[in-house]
Amino acid sequence: MSALLQFKDVDVHYGPIQALKKVCLEVNQGEIVTMIGSNGAGKSTLLMSIFGQPRISDGQIIYQGEDISQKSAHYVASNGLAQSPEGRRIFPGMSVEENLLMGTIPIGMEHCDEDMQRMFELFPRLKERRNQRASTMSGGEQQMLAIARALMSRPKLLLLDEPSLGLAPIIVKQIFQILADVASTGMTIFLVEQNANHALKLADRGYVLVNGEIRLTGSGDDLLVNPEVRDAYLGGH
Amino acid sequence: MDIVLQQLVNGLTLGSVYGLIAIGYTMVYGIIGMINFAHGDVYMVSSYLTAIAIALFSFFGLDSFPIIIFGTLIFTIIVTGAYGWVIERVAYRPLRNSSRLSVLISAIGMSLILQNYVQISQGARQQGIPTMLSGAIRFDIGDGFVQITYMKLFILFAAFLGMGVLTYIIQKTKLGRMCRATQQDRKMASILGINTDRVISSVFVIGAAMAALAGVLVTLDYGAFDFYVGFIIGIKAFTAAVLGGIGSLPGAMLGGVILGLSEALFAGLISSDYKDVFSFSLLVIILIFRPSGLLGKPEVEKV
Repeated sequence: MSALLQFKDVDVHYGPIQALKKVCLEVNQGEIVTMIGSNGAGKSTLLMSIFGQPRISDGQIIYQGEDISQKSAHYVASNGLAQSPEGRRIFPGMSVEENLLMGTIPIGMEHCDEDMQRMFELFPRLKERRNQRASTMSGGEQQMLAIARALMSRPKLLLLDEPSLGLAPIIVKQIFQILADVASTGMTIFLVEQNANHALKLADRGYVLVNGEIRLTGSGDDLLVNPEVRDAYLGGH
Repeated sequence: MDIVLQQLVNGLTLGSVYGLIAIGYTMVYGIIGMINFAHGDVYMVSSYLTAIAIALFSFFGLDSFPIIIFGTLIFTIIVTGAYGWVIERVAYRPLRNSSRLSVLISAIGMSLILQNYVQISQGARQQGIPTMLSGAIRFDIGDGFVQITYMKLFILFAAFLGMGVLTYIIQKTKLGRMCRATQQDRKMASILGINTDRVISSVFVIGAAMAALAGVLVTLDYGAFDFYVGFIIGIKAFTAAVLGGIGSLPGAMLGGVILGLSEALFAGLISSDYKDVFSFSLLVIILIFRPSGLLGKPEVEKV
């Protein structure tokens, strides 16, 4: 079985600084794959490089058999990749509904009403606030909106960048519960996280990124009990 | 009393024209953060296109007023829109990732190119068109009277209709949402599948189309123009955009109307020689108390 998304020896440079070094990874259809790593390890760079921001300096990013590393961001998005990015990046001046509408750009308005209802069932908080300006919502609600917006394009692969960032533990728990629900519908998810505990419990497989290099890889359960991972990312207990 | 009323009417028409042109400045600033100094000259080009269209229509014997007006509006808006598209493509897009200063210089260059191109191809002398719509409504008030020409009424109607249609497009349509998304976060917009280059192009076309609407209306009313008319009205419209809060669409319209009204009142009641001094002083005073303009949002430093 060929991978849905595959990184082959990917290098990324910011000027003289190398952010990713010969990264190889793959995400197969129907899998939940996570990548854990500390601040500055290159996790967000890795996700954004899928959209060519920044462009990779060497290697290949293969999506559905095609090298997309030199394609434009809107081309990539139009082909079934959706991202809930680091810092959420919802449109602050738009209402919740309008933000969700922005997610439908790649597929058009055909399934819009139906999908929006689905999002409101998944995230009841968003329904209460559907006409509210997105900037006035709490961090957790904004995170839910960012995930819902990504789901509105009916992606083949959902990319999530630190959905737990800056949120209270109880909200993090809620969000991971919702992600588990989304995963149970057969959605392929590639999740980048610092919160190794939640991420590895959710994921089928995981990678550990250290200073732009993949240090470890294995099943979620194996990594959870791996002493190196426990020491570095799970508080060492 | 009658002077005040008369100048209110004059100021409102002038202000609506400033507002139309200010839209182009404010939308372009909102989406790519640059001041399009060639925008006044796009307006100037539309004056010439108005005259060309009227000449063409009369040449083919279509000289009833509605046909000429609507034909001229459509022709001028489309061709001026094409100018806006080409200008962005040629002068600004290649510099998309360079410093703001380079784009600014490119804009000034574009402005000079347009002026010289029109001067060479159309001549440096002032040109004119015949009056298309004459007559006025007259209200007697006490000893004096207020006179509103049909042309001024038409300007008011067309300008506010144009602003209304644009507001609807920006607020309610997919294109409008894509414009706002690109304005708020260009990188995120592209990740959601928006072709941001195309959105930026369409903003230039919209801005040029609004300037063209203003160009047709003013040319029909005033009759005379030369290759330099874009400069002063461009500066005024830019002032209106800054006054209302650059980047804000309702701000541009409001700024235009306020500037037009205060300029007309000052000219009528105090001194018409110093009306420009007054409008720019007004700008300075408002910026002292509201540095981001009347409806502009203060720039928040992201931590």
